[in-house]
Amino acid sequence: MKLSDNYFEIFGLPVSTAPDAGAIDEAYKRLQREWHPDRFSAGSDEEKRRAMQYTSVINQARQTLTDPLARAIYLLSLKGVDLDAETDTRMRPEFLMAQMELRERLELVDGAADPYAAIDKLRDEVAVHARDTATTFAAAWEGDDTAGARDLAREWQFLDKLRRELDEKEQRLDGD
Amino acid sequence: MAYSDKVIDHYENPRNVGVLDKEDPSVGTGMVGAPACGDVMRLQIKVDENGVIEDAKFKTYGCGSAIASSSLVTEWVKGKTLDEASSIRNKDIAEELALPPVKIHCSVLAEDAIAAAIEDINRKRGAAGE
Repeated sequence: MKLSDNYFEIFGLPVSTAPDAGAIDEAYKRLQREWHPDRFSAGSDEEKRRAMQYTSVINQARQTLTDPLARAIYLLSLKGVDLDAETDTRMRPEFLMAQMELRERLELVDGAADPYAAIDKLRDEVAVHARDTATTFAAAWEGDDTAGARDLAREWQFLDKLRRELDEKEQRLDGD
Repeated sequence: MAYSDKVIDHYENPRNVGVLDKEDPSVGTGMVGAPACGDVMRLQIKVDENGVIEDAKFKTYGCGSAIASSSLVTEWVKGKTLDEASSIRNKDIAEELALPPVKIHCSVLAEDAIAAAIEDINRKRGAAGE
Protein backbone atom coordinates (compact mmCIF):
# COMPACT_ATOMS: atom_id res chain seq x y z
CA MET A 1 0.00 0.00 0.00
CA LYS A 2 1.01 3.60 -0.59
CA LEU A 3 -0.09 6.50 1.53
CA SER A 4 -0.86 8.44 -1.63
CA ASP A 5 -3.41 5.81 -2.70
CA ASN A 6 -7.03 6.56 -2.04
CA TYR A 7 -8.92 4.50 0.53
CA PHE A 8 -10.47 2.26 -2.12
CA GLU A 9 -7.07 1.53 -3.65
CA ILE A 10 -5.57 0.83 -0.25
CA PHE A 11 -8.29 -1.77 0.32
CA GLY A 12 -7.94 -3.15 -3.22
CA LEU A 13 -11.53 -2.23 -4.11
CA PRO A 14 -13.06 -0.47 -7.10
CA VAL A 15 -14.17 3.12 -6.40
CA SER A 16 -17.89 2.75 -5.82
CA THR A 17 -20.91 4.00 -3.87
CA ALA A 18 -21.54 0.46 -2.61
CA PRO A 19 -18.31 -1.41 -1.90
CA ASP A 20 -18.71 -5.01 -0.77
CA ALA A 21 -18.83 -5.13 3.04
CA GLY A 22 -17.22 -8.56 3.21
CA ALA A 23 -14.35 -7.44 0.99
CA ILE A 24 -13.77 -4.36 3.17
CA ASP A 25 -13.64 -6.55 6.24
CA GLU A 26 -11.25 -9.02 4.65
CA ALA A 27 -8.89 -6.35 3.34
CA TYR A 28 -8.98 -4.59 6.69
CA LYS A 29 -7.93 -7.69 8.58
CA ARG A 30 -5.18 -8.45 6.09
CA LEU A 31 -3.78 -4.91 6.16
CA GLN A 32 -4.05 -4.69 9.90
CA ARG A 33 -2.02 -7.87 10.29
CA GLU A 34 0.49 -6.70 7.72
CA TRP A 35 1.11 -3.37 9.43
CA HIS A 36 0.51 -4.25 13.04
CA PRO A 37 3.02 -2.27 15.16
CA ASP A 38 3.86 -5.45 17.13
CA ARG A 39 5.43 -6.89 14.02
CA PHE A 40 7.88 -3.99 13.97
CA SER A 41 8.79 -4.00 17.64
CA ALA A 42 12.32 -5.12 16.77
CA GLY A 43 12.54 -2.76 13.80
CA SER A 44 14.08 0.68 13.49
CA ASP A 45 12.33 3.78 14.81
CA GLU A 46 11.53 4.69 11.23
CA GLU A 47 9.83 1.33 10.66
CA LYS A 48 7.90 1.61 13.91
CA ARG A 49 6.77 5.10 13.05
CA ARG A 50 5.64 3.96 9.61
CA ALA A 51 3.71 1.00 11.02
CA MET A 52 1.84 3.38 13.35
CA GLN A 53 1.12 5.76 10.54
CA TYR A 54 -0.14 3.03 8.21
CA THR A 55 -2.29 1.52 10.93
CA SER A 56 -3.94 4.86 11.53
CA VAL A 57 -4.60 5.36 7.80
CA ILE A 58 -6.03 1.83 7.56
CA ASN A 59 -8.42 2.53 10.44
CA GLN A 60 -9.46 5.84 8.96
CA ALA A 61 -10.03 4.17 5.59
CA ARG A 62 -12.20 1.47 7.13
CA GLN A 63 -14.31 4.01 9.00
CA THR A 64 -14.80 6.04 5.84
CA LEU A 65 -15.60 3.10 3.59
CA THR A 66 -18.10 1.50 5.98
CA ASP A 67 -20.07 4.67 6.87
CA PRO A 68 -22.36 5.45 3.89
CA LEU A 69 -22.37 9.23 4.42
CA ALA A 70 -18.64 9.49 5.13
CA ARG A 71 -18.07 7.38 2.02
CA ALA A 72 -20.27 9.64 -0.10
CA ILE A 73 -18.39 12.73 1.08
CA TYR A 74 -15.11 10.95 0.42
CA LEU A 75 -16.18 9.98 -3.11
CA LEU A 76 -16.91 13.63 -3.84
CA SER A 77 -13.55 14.68 -2.43
CA LEU A 78 -11.87 12.29 -4.88
CA LYS A 79 -13.41 14.40 -7.63
CA GLY A 80 -12.17 17.53 -5.91
CA VAL A 81 -15.67 18.47 -4.74
CA ASP A 82 -16.04 20.03 -1.30
CA LEU A 83 -19.40 20.25 0.48
CA ASP A 84 -18.57 23.69 1.91
CA ALA A 85 -20.59 22.42 4.83
CA GLU A 86 -19.80 25.44 7.00
CA THR A 87 -19.87 28.25 4.49
CA ASP A 88 -22.46 27.40 1.84
CA THR A 89 -25.79 27.87 3.62
CA ARG A 90 -28.13 27.94 0.64
CA MET A 91 -30.29 24.84 0.39
CA ARG A 92 -33.56 23.96 -1.30
CA PRO A 93 -36.25 25.90 0.63
CA GLU A 94 -38.59 22.87 0.67
CA PHE A 95 -35.83 20.79 2.19
CA LEU A 96 -35.13 23.36 4.90
CA MET A 97 -38.85 23.71 5.59
CA ALA A 98 -39.14 19.95 6.08
CA GLN A 99 -36.07 20.02 8.36
CA MET A 100 -37.67 22.79 10.44
CA GLU A 101 -40.79 20.69 10.87
CA LEU A 102 -38.82 17.62 11.89
CA ARG A 103 -36.87 19.70 14.42
CA GLU A 104 -40.09 21.15 15.78
CA ARG A 105 -41.42 17.66 16.31
CA LEU A 106 -38.21 16.60 18.00
CA GLU A 107 -38.62 19.55 20.35
CA LEU A 108 -42.17 18.43 21.20
CA VAL A 109 -41.13 14.86 22.02
CA ASP A 110 -40.73 15.65 25.73
CA GLY A 111 -44.36 16.69 26.04
CA ALA A 112 -45.71 13.71 24.11
CA ALA A 113 -47.95 11.15 25.84
CA ASP A 114 -45.50 8.44 24.77
CA PRO A 115 -42.15 10.10 24.04
CA TYR A 116 -40.51 6.81 23.04
CA ALA A 117 -43.18 6.16 20.43
CA ALA A 118 -42.77 9.76 19.16
CA ILE A 119 -39.01 9.24 18.83
CA ASP A 120 -39.49 5.90 17.05
CA LYS A 121 -41.87 7.47 14.56
CA LEU A 122 -39.48 10.34 13.84
CA ARG A 123 -36.56 7.96 13.58
CA ASP A 124 -38.40 5.81 11.04
CA GLU A 125 -39.20 8.87 8.92
CA VAL A 126 -35.64 10.16 9.06
CA ALA A 127 -34.33 6.69 8.18
CA VAL A 128 -36.59 6.57 5.11
CA HIS A 129 -35.39 10.03 4.04
CA ALA A 130 -31.77 8.99 4.53
CA ARG A 131 -32.24 5.79 2.54
CA ASP A 132 -33.90 7.68 -0.30
CA THR A 133 -31.13 10.23 -0.22
CA ALA A 134 -28.50 7.48 -0.34
CA THR A 135 -30.21 5.88 -3.34
CA THR A 136 -30.55 9.16 -5.20
CA PHE A 137 -26.96 10.03 -4.35
CA ALA A 138 -25.74 6.75 -5.86
CA ALA A 139 -27.76 7.39 -9.03
CA ALA A 140 -26.44 10.95 -9.33
CA TRP A 141 -22.88 9.77 -8.73
CA GLU A 142 -23.10 6.99 -11.28
CA GLY A 143 -24.70 9.37 -13.78
CA ASP A 144 -21.74 11.77 -13.35
CA ASP A 145 -24.07 14.41 -11.91
CA THR A 146 -21.49 15.75 -9.47
CA ALA A 147 -23.44 18.89 -8.59
CA GLY A 148 -26.54 16.85 -7.84
CA ALA A 149 -24.51 14.39 -5.77
CA ARG A 150 -23.04 17.28 -3.80
CA ASP A 151 -26.49 18.71 -3.01
CA LEU A 152 -27.69 15.30 -1.87
CA ALA A 153 -24.67 14.69 0.36
CA ARG A 154 -25.29 18.10 1.93
CA GLU A 155 -28.91 17.18 2.66
CA TRP A 156 -27.82 13.79 3.93
CA GLN A 157 -25.69 15.55 6.57
CA PHE A 158 -28.79 17.13 8.09
CA LEU A 159 -30.54 13.77 8.25
CA ASP A 160 -27.52 12.16 9.84
CA LYS A 161 -27.35 14.89 12.45
CA LEU A 162 -31.05 14.50 13.18
CA ARG A 163 -30.61 10.76 13.62
CA ARG A 164 -27.86 11.39 16.17
CA GLU A 165 -30.03 13.93 17.99
CA LEU A 166 -32.86 11.43 18.19
CA ASP A 167 -30.51 8.89 19.73
CA GLU A 168 -29.28 11.48 22.23
CA LYS A 169 -32.82 12.45 23.10
CA GLU A 170 -33.68 8.82 23.76
CA GLN A 171 -30.63 8.41 25.98
CA ARG A 172 -31.72 11.45 27.99
CA LEU A 173 -35.19 9.95 28.40
CA ASP A 174 -33.58 6.74 29.63
CA GLY A 175 -31.62 8.74 32.17
CA ASP A 176 -34.66 10.56 33.61
CA MET B 1 -16.96 24.98 25.43
CA ALA B 2 -17.40 28.27 27.22
CA TYR B 3 -19.97 30.64 25.77
CA SER B 4 -19.60 34.38 26.23
CA ASP B 5 -22.07 36.19 28.51
CA LYS B 6 -23.71 37.76 25.48
CA VAL B 7 -24.29 34.41 23.82
CA ILE B 8 -25.76 33.02 27.04
CA ASP B 9 -28.00 36.06 27.40
CA HIS B 10 -29.38 35.69 23.86
CA TYR B 11 -29.64 31.94 24.26
CA GLU B 12 -31.57 32.13 27.53
CA ASN B 13 -33.66 35.15 26.53
CA PRO B 14 -33.84 35.01 22.76
CA ARG B 15 -35.32 38.16 21.23
CA ASN B 16 -37.99 38.06 18.56
CA VAL B 17 -38.60 34.34 18.35
CA GLY B 18 -41.61 33.66 16.19
CA VAL B 19 -43.07 33.63 12.76
CA LEU B 20 -44.47 36.22 10.34
CA ASP B 21 -46.87 35.39 7.53
CA LYS B 22 -44.58 34.51 4.64
CA GLU B 23 -47.39 35.16 2.14
CA ASP B 24 -47.65 38.79 3.32
CA PRO B 25 -46.23 41.02 0.52
CA SER B 26 -44.44 43.15 3.13
CA VAL B 27 -42.67 40.15 4.69
CA GLY B 28 -39.34 38.77 3.50
CA THR B 29 -38.33 35.26 4.56
CA GLY B 30 -34.81 33.84 4.58
CA MET B 31 -34.20 30.17 5.23
CA VAL B 32 -30.66 28.82 5.44
CA GLY B 33 -28.93 25.78 6.82
CA ALA B 34 -25.43 24.61 7.68
CA PRO B 35 -24.81 20.98 6.72
CA ALA B 36 -21.76 20.79 8.99
CA CYS B 37 -23.83 21.05 12.16
CA GLY B 38 -27.34 20.47 10.82
CA ASP B 39 -28.47 23.91 11.99
CA VAL B 40 -31.55 25.39 10.36
CA MET B 41 -32.43 29.09 10.57
CA ARG B 42 -35.47 31.03 9.47
CA LEU B 43 -35.27 34.81 9.63
CA GLN B 44 -38.14 37.08 8.62
CA ILE B 45 -38.47 40.83 8.24
CA LYS B 46 -41.52 43.04 7.86
CA VAL B 47 -40.80 46.11 5.81
CA ASP B 48 -42.84 49.34 5.57
CA GLU B 49 -43.43 51.27 2.32
CA ASN B 50 -40.24 53.29 2.84
CA GLY B 51 -38.11 50.18 2.95
CA VAL B 52 -37.60 50.36 6.71
CA ILE B 53 -37.66 47.12 8.68
CA GLU B 54 -40.37 47.48 11.30
CA ASP B 55 -40.36 43.95 12.67
CA ALA B 56 -38.15 40.88 12.60
CA LYS B 57 -38.66 37.33 13.80
CA PHE B 58 -36.54 34.22 13.79
CA LYS B 59 -36.62 30.54 14.57
CA THR B 60 -33.37 28.62 14.77
CA TYR B 61 -32.68 24.99 15.47
CA GLY B 62 -29.05 24.76 16.38
CA CYS B 63 -26.42 25.44 18.98
CA GLY B 64 -26.33 28.38 21.37
CA SER B 65 -24.13 30.42 19.04
CA ALA B 66 -26.51 29.99 16.11
CA ILE B 67 -29.49 31.00 18.25
CA ALA B 68 -27.62 33.99 19.67
CA SER B 69 -26.45 35.09 16.21
CA SER B 70 -29.97 35.10 14.79
CA SER B 71 -31.45 36.70 17.90
CA LEU B 72 -28.87 39.49 17.73
CA VAL B 73 -29.50 40.09 14.02
CA THR B 74 -33.25 40.50 14.54
CA GLU B 75 -32.47 43.14 17.17
CA TRP B 76 -30.02 44.92 14.91
CA VAL B 77 -32.16 45.10 11.79
CA LYS B 78 -35.25 46.60 13.39
CA GLY B 79 -35.54 50.25 12.37
CA LYS B 80 -32.88 49.85 9.68
CA THR B 81 -33.44 50.33 5.97
CA LEU B 82 -32.94 47.31 3.72
CA ASP B 83 -29.68 48.83 2.48
CA GLU B 84 -28.40 49.28 6.01
CA ALA B 85 -29.45 45.78 6.99
CA SER B 86 -27.71 44.26 4.01
CA SER B 87 -24.41 45.72 5.18
CA ILE B 88 -24.40 43.53 8.31
CA ARG B 89 -21.45 41.17 8.12
CA ASN B 90 -20.83 37.96 9.98
CA LYS B 91 -17.65 39.52 11.37
CA ASP B 92 -19.77 42.15 13.21
CA ILE B 93 -21.95 39.42 14.70
CA ALA B 94 -18.99 37.26 15.72
CA GLU B 95 -17.29 40.25 17.34
CA GLU B 96 -20.35 41.37 19.26
CA LEU B 97 -20.94 37.87 20.61
CA ALA B 98 -17.23 37.06 21.06
CA LEU B 99 -17.66 33.83 19.12
CA PRO B 100 -14.66 31.48 19.10
CA PRO B 101 -13.23 30.51 15.67
CA VAL B 102 -15.06 27.14 15.62
CA LYS B 103 -18.37 29.00 15.92
CA ILE B 104 -17.78 31.62 13.25
CA HIS B 105 -19.94 29.63 10.84
CA CYS B 106 -22.94 30.34 13.09
CA SER B 107 -22.54 34.04 12.36
CA VAL B 108 -22.16 33.24 8.65
CA LEU B 109 -25.52 31.52 8.86
CA ALA B 110 -27.12 34.65 10.37
CA GLU B 111 -25.58 36.93 7.73
CA ASP B 112 -26.79 34.64 4.96
CA ALA B 113 -30.26 34.44 6.53
CA ILE B 114 -30.75 38.20 6.59
CA ALA B 115 -29.37 38.44 3.05
CA ALA B 116 -31.86 35.78 1.91
CA ALA B 117 -34.75 37.59 3.65
CA ILE B 118 -33.78 40.87 1.96
CA GLU B 119 -33.54 39.10 -1.40
CA ASP B 120 -37.03 37.68 -0.86
CA ILE B 121 -38.62 41.02 0.03
CA ASN B 122 -36.86 42.77 -2.86
CA ARG B 123 -38.24 40.15 -5.22
CA LYS B 124 -41.75 40.68 -3.82
CA ARG B 125 -41.47 44.47 -4.00
CA GLY B 126 -40.03 44.31 -7.50
CA ALA B 127 -42.85 42.06 -8.64
CA ALA B 128 -45.45 44.35 -7.05
CA GLY B 129 -43.98 47.45 -8.74
CA GLU B 130 -44.17 45.98 -12.22
